[in-house]
Amino acid sequence: MSARVRWRKFVSAFMLTLTGICAFVAVAVLFFILGYLVFHGGSSVSWSFFTKLPAPVGETGGGMANAIVGSAKLLLIAALIGVPIGFLGAVYLAEFSGGSTAFVVRYAADLLNGVPSIVIGIFAYSLAVLPFKHFSTLAGGFALGLMMIPITLRSTEEFLRSVPNTLREGAMALGASKWQTIASVIVPAAYRGILTAILLAFARVAGETAPLLFTAFGNRFWSPGWNQPTASLPVMIYTYAIAPYDDWHRQAWAAGLVLLGLILVVNIVARAILARGVAVPRS
Amino acid sequence: MRLVTFLFAASVVLVTLLLVFELWRGSVLPRHKFGFAFFVTSVWDPIFDQFGALPFIYGTLITAGVSLLIAVPLGLGAAIFLAELAPARVSDTLEFFIDLLAAVPSVIYGLLGVFIVIPLMREYIQPALKKSLGFLPLFQGPAYGVGFLTAGVVLAIMVIPYIISVSREVLLSVPRDQREAALALGATRWESTWKVVVPYARSGIMGSIFLALARALGETMAVTMVIGNTPTISASLFSPGYSIAAVIANEFTEATGDLYLQSLIELGLVLFLLTFILNGMARLLIVLTAQRGSGMGNA
Amino acid sequence: MKRMAGLFLIVLTLAGVLWAEGTLSINGAGATFPYPMYSKWFDEYHKKNASIQINYQSIGSGGGIKQVTEGTVDFGASDGPMNDEQLKTYQDKHGFAILHFPTVLGADVPSYNIAGVTGELNFTPEAISGIFLGKITKWNDPAIASANKGVKLPGDDIVVVHRSDGSGTTYIWTDYLSKVSDEWKNKVGKGTSVNWPKGLGGKGNEGVAGLVKQTPNSFGYIELIYAIQNKMPYGRVRNSSGAFVKADLAGVTAAASGAAKDMPDDFRVSITNAPGKTAYPISSFTWLLIPSKFSDASKRDAIKGFVSWMLADGQNYAEALSYAKLPKEVVAKEKNALANVQ
Repeated sequence: MSARVRWRKFVSAFMLTLTGICAFVAVAVLFFILGYLVFHGGSSVSWSFFTKLPAPVGETGGGMANAIVGSAKLLLIAALIGVPIGFLGAVYLAEFSGGSTAFVVRYAADLLNGVPSIVIGIFAYSLAVLPFKHFSTLAGGFALGLMMIPITLRSTEEFLRSVPNTLREGAMALGASKWQTIASVIVPAAYRGILTAILLAFARVAGETAPLLFTAFGNRFWSPGWNQPTASLPVMIYTYAIAPYDDWHRQAWAAGLVLLGLILVVNIVARAILARGVAVPRS
Repeated sequence: MRLVTFLFAASVVLVTLLLVFELWRGSVLPRHKFGFAFFVTSVWDPIFDQFGALPFIYGTLITAGVSLLIAVPLGLGAAIFLAELAPARVSDTLEFFIDLLAAVPSVIYGLLGVFIVIPLMREYIQPALKKSLGFLPLFQGPAYGVGFLTAGVVLAIMVIPYIISVSREVLLSVPRDQREAALALGATRWESTWKVVVPYARSGIMGSIFLALARALGETMAVTMVIGNTPTISASLFSPGYSIAAVIANEFTEATGDLYLQSLIELGLVLFLLTFILNGMARLLIVLTAQRGSGMGNA
Repeated sequence: MKRMAGLFLIVLTLAGVLWAEGTLSINGAGATFPYPMYSKWFDEYHKKNASIQINYQSIGSGGGIKQVTEGTVDFGASDGPMNDEQLKTYQDKHGFAILHFPTVLGADVPSYNIAGVTGELNFTPEAISGIFLGKITKWNDPAIASANKGVKLPGDDIVVVHRSDGSGTTYIWTDYLSKVSDEWKNKVGKGTSVNWPKGLGGKGNEGVAGLVKQTPNSFGYIELIYAIQNKMPYGRVRNSSGAFVKADLAGVTAAASGAAKDMPDDFRVSITNAPGKTAYPISSFTWLLIPSKFSDASKRDAIKGFVSWMLADGQNYAEALSYAKLPKEVVAKEKNALANVQ
C-alpha cells in the first residue's frame, strides 16, 4: 500500500470518527438537558408545587397550581381551534380539492407555520385582546390554536393521502357516499397517523411562551372562567428565571422539569403510536 | 360535506391573509414617517420618537450567523454519521432522540442559558477566547456573559436537530449507485461520502440550513434571556445586543404612543418577511434534491 | 368514547362559566417598583375578601400606562406619573379622566457587585451621571474614589445595568439625573424608556437585580426592597444639602415631607433631589392609575374598597417591606379624592 493510500485511509477513518462524535454530542445534549433539569428541578417538584398558589413576592413557598391548570385550559382551547380546522381542512385537501386550491391552502399553511411565534402574539393581541378590552385565556388559546393549525393540517393530509386508493374505490363500489367513505373507511385507516399529528402539534404549542405574553398575560390567582388572564407554565418559567429570588429559581427548575417531561412523554407516545400502526411512507 | 371542509380549508388561507394584512396596516405610521430609512437608522429613542431597525436586524442576523457557524458543521457531521455509517437501527434510535431535542421549548433553553451558558461564557469561555484570539475585534471588550456569542451558542443547540434530521433524510435519499460507483473507483468511505454523496444532496442540505436559519431568526424567549437586551451594533461578539423578536417581546405591552407601537409592529413585519423568504427558499431547495433522484447527478 | 368526550367538554365549560360567577376578578398591571408591596397587599386583601381577586402583573410602569389607556386592564400602576400628553390621550380615548392615587414611598438605590466590596460606597451626583453617561468607565476612577477614601476599588470596567422595559424606576432615576446633570438632561432626558448611552438591559426590577447579582463589576439602579430581599449591597447618595444618605424609611419620609404639604390635587409630584439634610435624593411616590368612571359598578366598588383599605390598614404593611408610609396629609387628601371615582 502506498503512502498516499495509507494517508487517504487515515483521513477517512479520522473524518468518519469525527462525524460519530458530532452525532454523539448532539444526542448527549438532550440527555444533559434532561439530567440537569432532573437534578435541579427534581427536588423542588413537590406536592406544594402542584397545589399551592404563588406566594407574595419575596416570600418563599408557594407553587404553580394556577399555572398548571392555566396551561391545561389554554391547550384545551388551542386544540378546539387547531384540531377541527386542521383536520377538516386536511380532509378537504386530500379528498375533495383540485390542484390549484390545494396549492394555495398548503402554501398558506406553510406560511402560517413559519410565522415566528412572537408575530402570532402580535396578531392575536390585535384580534382577540384589543377589541374585547381584556387579556384572556381565550385569547391565549386562540394564539396557540393558530400555531397548531398548520402542523395538524399538513400531517393529517399526508396520512390521509397515504391511504391506498383501493380502499376508497372499494367503499364506493359498495355504494358508500363520499362522506361515508371518508368517515368509516379512510379516517379510521389513517387514524394512527392523525392522532400522532395532533399529539405532536399539541406538544409543540405546550411549550410556547412568546404568544402568551400579550394574550393570556398572567395571573397570581386562579383564573375564573375563560375570559380572564391566566398564568401558564412557560410564562412562569420565564418570569421566575430572570428574577433574582432564589426560591423563584428553584420553582422555575421544577416547572421546567414538569413541562419538558410532559412534552417528551407526549412526543414519545405519539411516535410509538405511529410506529406500531399502519405502515406509512416517510414524508 | 365538501362545502364544510372547504370552509375550514379556506379559513386557513383567510387567517394567513388577515395576519399579513394586520401587520401591514398596523405599521402604517413608521412606514410613512421613516420610509426606507427605518432599515438603516440605528437610533431607538422612544422619548424623541426616533426609531430605527438597524440594531435589531444586526443582532438578529449576527446571532443567527454565529449559530449556523456552530450548528452546520456539527449537524452535517452528525447527519453524515447517521446516514452513511450507522446501522439502520442505531440511526433510527439516534434520530428519535434528536427529534426529541427539537421538541424542547424555547423557554427551557432560555432557562439553561441563564444558569449554565452565561456563567460558563463569563467565567471560562470568553476570557479564554480573549486571551487567545483577543487581537480580533470579534473577541474584544468586557466579558459580560450575556451577548451575541452566548445567544448564538444557545441558538446553535436549538437548530442542530433541524439540520440533522433534514440532512439525514436527503443523504439517505441519494441513490445507492452513486456511492457504489465511487467506491468501485477506489474512493475511501469518506471520499465517497464527501465528494460524491454530499454534493449530490447539496441543495437539500442547503435547504436544511435555510430552515434552521429561519428558526433561528424567529426565536424569542431563549434569545431575550441571554442577549443583554441593549440595542447596540458592535463588531465584538462579547457585546450585548438585541434581536427583533426580543425587542418586541420586551417592549410591546408598554409601547405608549402609536409611532412606538407601530414601529414594533413594523419590526414584526420585517421578521415575518425574512422568515417567509427563507422558508420558501428552503422548501424549493429540498424539493430540488428530491427531484434529482431520477436524473443524472452532476457534482 | 366520543359521547364521553363531548360530555366532559360540556361539564368543563359549565364549570368554567359557573366558577366565573362567584369571584370578582380585577386586573391591574404596571410598575415593578412597588410589586413586592402590591403582591402582599392583594394577597392579604383576598384573604379578607375571598370573593374579590385583584390580579396584578408587574410589566413595568410603561406597560401599566399603556394597558390602562387601552382599557385591557382595570387599573394601572406607575412610579413615573403620566405626563400631560398621556393624560390627554386617555381623556380623548375614553371621554373621562384617569386619576393618580399615591400608595407608598420608595427609593431607587445604586446597587453594585464588586469583588471585595461589601460595604456602602458613597456616590456623588457627578459620579452617577458620569457612569451612566459612559464617561466614567472604571471603578477606581477619581470621581468615585475621592468619595470613598479607604476603600480598595478595582481597576475593572464598570458594567452598567439599566431597564430594558418602560419603567417608572427608570423615570425616577432619570428624573434625578436630569436635575443634577445638565449634560444628562440635554443628551438623554427623563422618561420611562430612554436612549441609554451604554449598559445591559434587564426586564423589570427583578431583571436588573438578577443581572447585577450575577455580573461582576456591575452597577444598576433598583428599588430598595429588591436590594434588601436579595442581600445586595447598595450605596449612599449625596443629597442637595451635601450629606451622603443611605436609602431608608427615614430618608425617604424626609424627602416627601415638603411635598406632603404642597401636594397638588392630581397628586403628580416629583420628590427627587428634595431639600433637607436627611432627605434621600432618589425617592419617589408610586401611584395607582384609576379611571374616574367605571361602567361596572361592582368593579368600581371593589377598587374603591381596596384603596380605602390600602390607605388605612394597608399602610401598616409597608414598613416591613421597606416602603415608607404615606404622609398623613396625603392620606387625608386621597380619601377625599376617592369620591371622584364614579
